[in-house]
Amino acid sequence: MPSEPQDKTTRLTIPSDAHQVRLALCTLFDALATGPLPPDTRDTAQIVLAEALNNIVEHAYGTERGEIEVTLHTSATGLHCQIADFGRPMPGGILPEGRLSLPHLMADLPEGGFGWHLIRSLSQDLRYRYEGGCNRLEFRIESQQSAL
Amino acid sequence: MQIDTTRHTNRLIVHVRETRIDAASAIEFKEQMRSITQSTALPVLLDLSCVTFIDSSGLGAVVAVRKALDPGRLLELAGLTPAVEKVFRLTRMDSVFPILPALPADLPDDLRDAV
Repeated sequence: MPSEPQDKTTRLTIPSDAHQVRLALCTLFDALATGPLPPDTRDTAQIVLAEALNNIVEHAYGTERGEIEVTLHTSATGLHCQIADFGRPMPGGILPEGRLSLPHLMADLPEGGFGWHLIRSLSQDLRYRYEGGCNRLEFRIESQQSAL
Repeated sequence: MQIDTTRHTNRLIVHVRETRIDAASAIEFKEQMRSITQSTALPVLLDLSCVTFIDSSGLGAVVAVRKALDPGRLLELAGLTPAVEKVFRLTRMDSVFPILPALPADLPDDLRDAV
């Protein structure tokens, strides 16, 4: 893919911690505010990236220390994101389906499990593999998402 | 986490004065909301107009606040910014919570407490 002048690649290493993830997202998306992505695409990208990173903090590393490596490539057509961590692999080696089920009773509403649904709803070309002790997740967010 | 309230005769408006309700603040949000909503039996209007980002942990916290209230007690949301609105819509939580397009900025005087 040829590089346009406004194309930008950002690499970041984030300690596995919810506050560090927040800090990283704020830094990344403040910087992207001046880039080529429309606001709606930036929102979408931040939601997907936040869910992916929080999932690593909570499930791949859990209480263990670890680092998450994020590579973001932004261009006028959207954003491509690669995330690597060295925590536990996905159960069964595959990504959760993230199926949404809404119960009829308020008392039965789930307080979690929305994350993979959001990731799958908002991203394209979602891929996961575990190799050499490393979880690798990648996805794209296309710029033309205003209908979502 | 900064959350403050305006008490009217017919509802309690809870203003979240933070830009994010996320995995780093979800537990604190739940705890503060629990103590705020326990201080009165009034219907609750949650003003999210300062919140520019919510993740699934933050959404789960709002659901937990709803579930902790008496089922007959109203919890409305107002002032959803685009990213927050998107998360509620995609998870269909917009069908669970009554969502007002904007915070009623000019509540009639007769709705206000004489303080």
